[in-house]
Amino acid sequence: MSENTAGQSALVRVEGVEKVFHRGAEDIHVLSQLNLEVPAGQFLALMGPSGSGKSTLLNLIGGLDRPTQGTVHVGGDRLDTLSDRALAAWRARHVGFVFQLYNLIPVLTAERNVELPLLLTPLSPAERRKHVATALAVVGLSHRAKHYPRTLSGGEQQRVGIARGIVTDPTLLLCDEPTGDLDRKAGDEVLNLLQALNREQGKTIVMVTHDPHASARAARTVYLNKGRLTNEPEQ
Amino acid sequence: MAGLLNWFSQVGAIAKFGLMSIPQRRGAVSATIIGIAGVVLVLVGVLSIAAGFRRTMLASGSPDAAIVLRSGADSEMVSGFGRNEARLIADAPGVARNAAGPLASAELFVIINLPKRSTHTDANVPLRGVEAAALAVRDHLTLTAGRMFAWGRNEVVVGAGAAREFAGLEVGGTIKVGRESWPVVGVFTANGGVAESEIWTDARVLQDAYHRGDSFQSVYARLNSAAAFAQFKDALTSNPQLSVKVLRQSEHYAEQSEAITRLITTLGFLIAFLMAIGAVFGALNTMYSAVAVRTREIGTLRALGFGNGAVIAALMIESLLLALLGGTVGGGLAYLAFNNLHAATMNWQSFSQVAFAFAVTPQLLLQGVVWATLIGLIGGLLPAIRAARLPIAAALREY
Repeated sequence: MSENTAGQSALVRVEGVEKVFHRGAEDIHVLSQLNLEVPAGQFLALMGPSGSGKSTLLNLIGGLDRPTQGTVHVGGDRLDTLSDRALAAWRARHVGFVFQLYNLIPVLTAERNVELPLLLTPLSPAERRKHVATALAVVGLSHRAKHYPRTLSGGEQQRVGIARGIVTDPTLLLCDEPTGDLDRKAGDEVLNLLQALNREQGKTIVMVTHDPHASARAARTVYLNKGRLTNEPEQ
Repeated sequence: MAGLLNWFSQVGAIAKFGLMSIPQRRGAVSATIIGIAGVVLVLVGVLSIAAGFRRTMLASGSPDAAIVLRSGADSEMVSGFGRNEARLIADAPGVARNAAGPLASAELFVIINLPKRSTHTDANVPLRGVEAAALAVRDHLTLTAGRMFAWGRNEVVVGAGAAREFAGLEVGGTIKVGRESWPVVGVFTANGGVAESEIWTDARVLQDAYHRGDSFQSVYARLNSAAAFAQFKDALTSNPQLSVKVLRQSEHYAEQSEAITRLITTLGFLIAFLMAIGAVFGALNTMYSAVAVRTREIGTLRALGFGNGAVIAALMIESLLLALLGGTVGGGLAYLAFNNLHAATMNWQSFSQVAFAFAVTPQLLLQGVVWATLIGLIGGLLPAIRAARLPIAAALREY
């Protein structure tokens, strides 16, 4: 089925997307004829069982992978035709990623981790420091700026991951199971933060999750099952 | 320009993370550095033998000094002249003169056996009979102990290299020549040249002792200048009374050292090449593990927008730095262990021992660093390409 949100301008438009992985002689159809639109400023939760293709779809929207067929537009850019180099530059400018396992660089402090995406911009070191301080203040971790990931709790590490995701002020924030590795309390803190970023700063967020508790925080939830989108979970 | 700076800052950042994470991988990293250091140590060490031997041979002759052998002779061993021929050679145009006459020394050359100090086994030592001009014909000949032998007497002076290598060759010692014992009365140096491996005595005394009549094997001559060589050579080779081969001393010694230098160099490269193959695998292993433990990290950086080229360049830099460190350690150890190490080896052209010192030259050290760099390049390239080509989505799933 097609997912349309009439009346709002779509930031993300996925049309007729197929994704096939090849394992030996076998073709695995992960996504089939999938259409999805995400309006600018929406907080969308993408749910579904393991192997349903949630992360694959998120990767296509984030320009980490290309569809076998179909088109992916984000903003004014058509991602499926961009070269690797152009796609890397596009990601640096337009997307923030938040990962389930935080993916922080262990040898860097929190502030150096947050600074990473800014190394791809023409900002001066002083300007970078200012942006990093702002991002860490937004996630409430200014006091932990000099700490290494191993000295931070899981929740704090994920908040550093979110600060890294928003430090370039991207159009789109993509979160892959952001609370999947956290306890309920830390997970709630992270969800509060994402909700605030959506409501107060108008960030468009697409969040992949297993957790109904997490998806309840999103403005809209869609379900993926066997490579197809539905508005209701599969019974 | 901004794009290029951006690229360099990406490379710098990734390389920095890699280098900062070395303490976590210190085992594999140390093994690689030691492996590469070993290759460079062996390569530089073996080649320093050839370099030292060659340096000794080349230090033995200046361009204005010539040696005359019988035509067709490869070495003094198979050369021979009578007194008249030697006189004709000494009187040839181009030969420098002093108050005593032409600076030319007709010499003969025999091999005696002496026990080596290190192994107490006998080895061949050249015993050279010289004429009075011999000291002026050679460069930098200096007596460092005792005195010159007396002309007409059964006495010898010995080169410093021979004195170091062979038992009994100190002032006050004796050598067995035939049935007689000849006293060692002095020790000389010759700027590290091949003469330092020899024992010298009066040519006439040696002719008598070995029943050589009035024959010689070579004539060493000092010329008016380096440019006088052509005149000297032409005069001798066009003289119908002579059938001789005329060489600059520097050319003669280079020729003499060629076979052994080539052998040692070939062996050195062969050993180093075999070791280098092992070291390449060590470097490959280290860099593959460096990439493996950081797959997710590298995937994350690529997801954030860091380019594939920057990932490859950064990993290559890391590999090269490790290799250069290994090369520097190996070169440094080779210098400490081998430079100026004294040894003696057989020179097959003269069938006698030549004492020399290993020479770890700047060129050899540079060569070692070049080898280390190549090992680093080869060892780093495949893992770097793998890291950059792995799909980002797959890299992010790695634990």
